[in-house]
Amino acid sequence: MTSTSEANGAASGERGTVRVKRGLAEMLRGGVIMDVVTAEQAKIAEDAGAVSVMALERVPADIRREGGVARMSDPALIGAIQEAVTIPVMAKVRIGHFAEAQILQVLEVDYIDESEVLTPADEAYHIDKWAFSVPFVCGATNLGEALRRISEGAAMIRSKGEAGTGNVVEAVRHLRSILGDIKKIQTADSAERYGWAKQLQAPIDLVEEVARTGRLPVPLFCAGGLATPADATLVMQLGAEAVFVGSGIFKSEDPARRARAIVEATAHYQDAEIVAKVSRGLGAAMPGEEIATLDVKLAERGW
Amino acid sequence: MTASPLVGVLALQGDVAEHSAVLDSLGATVRAVRRPEHLEGLQGLVLPGGESTTLSLLLGSSGLFGPLGECLAAGLPVLGTCAGMILLSRQVLDGRADQKSFGAIDIVTRRNAFGRQVESFESTLEVAGLAEPMHAVFIRAPFVESVGEGVEVLATVRRSEGSPRPVVCRQGNVLVAAFHPELSGDDRLHRLLLDRVGERAASAA
Repeated sequence: MTSTSEANGAASGERGTVRVKRGLAEMLRGGVIMDVVTAEQAKIAEDAGAVSVMALERVPADIRREGGVARMSDPALIGAIQEAVTIPVMAKVRIGHFAEAQILQVLEVDYIDESEVLTPADEAYHIDKWAFSVPFVCGATNLGEALRRISEGAAMIRSKGEAGTGNVVEAVRHLRSILGDIKKIQTADSAERYGWAKQLQAPIDLVEEVARTGRLPVPLFCAGGLATPADATLVMQLGAEAVFVGSGIFKSEDPARRARAIVEATAHYQDAEIVAKVSRGLGAAMPGEEIATLDVKLAERGW
Repeated sequence: MTASPLVGVLALQGDVAEHSAVLDSLGATVRAVRRPEHLEGLQGLVLPGGESTTLSLLLGSSGLFGPLGECLAAGLPVLGTCAGMILLSRQVLDGRADQKSFGAIDIVTRRNAFGRQVESFESTLEVAGLAEPMHAVFIRAPFVESVGEGVEVLATVRRSEGSPRPVVCRQGNVLVAAFHPELSGDDRLHRLLLDRVGERAASAA
């Protein structure tokens, strides 16, 4: 932590604190974070009302189709996207690849996604995220995974879903699993909470915090397979605090229109009348895939 | 004034829950504002932190921009934090060309004025009229470049170089902060809002 600013010439400012890291996630609540692969797409996303963009070289649907090792994006691409928009820019690193994360911190991306969508770099360890002043978001399929990532320093959790499929079923499964276990922990007695910590393989102090507050210590967003305005409102009503839409926008027939519709639907997720209105005539959604037919399940990466 | 004033929180995007919790703890009745009809009968309003470009767009598409602007012009007491401050400003620098703002307070505000997220910071600052200093959380925060006549500057922040920049300002019933009092558990700016709500109700009675 470095001193960077002086308030009224007296007190010093602290950067990279937990409050500052989690605070940015809190500002993104109720919003849509969109995957973009060019500066032009980033502009379209911002024009449509995205709260943030995720800069990457290939959207998950293409990573899935083309195969090969998926890595951090070229810094030149990330820089071009940062230049193109005024909203926060996120970028992905491979699980455990702290050297890629060091590069993204130098580039001053606003959030680093330690992501299962890229090919993992370490089979045993995730990144020690406390070592960075840029905040991290990590994926989780269940509460134990979420709390382990938070204990490593993640400032935002996104339920993983199954990226690049256009199929929301896994996102729903993961969200329900996380939120369902939170509800159960709230009614557990002290002895049972130790059992939960053991079962979840998560630190007891985080289990206690969840029991006390009824929520994760950091914002919980939803990702992986969302393709329509209704998908966004489904997961928001289940308890997600914001949504990531990856391939679902730029693999659809009319990305600008669909992006805008998903933004409005997410903001008005409790208002089916508005969601119905914005869902009209959007053109074809991305085709999507059955989970059972997949060769690779990205959500199984990470532990 | 009624025992529990009805205060709206613009709930299109951003940290609505934190503001609602502070207002609730101070005894206000909180209403989430997403449609024009939600403005009916409000005695005060909070514009939360969030992304100002997104909020500007959603204010337009929801039909709220015009009616909300009329409420502000009629003197509805309002508190805006971060993106909320940007939305209330007369002019926004480093925004999008089509970004809308209400012009409810005569200030020129620069978006993301401190830089990207790595430059976000926490600090303690003196606020005119408050006995104790305030702990302030600045997240990709704006600051005020210039203020018009009749705007009180209640707090400033000075970067290592350069002149002090206003970060809390007030004009009439409009109070703005570049930081997030709702994130640091300090309810004194919300109390100032509720004071104005009370005064306005008393003068109307």
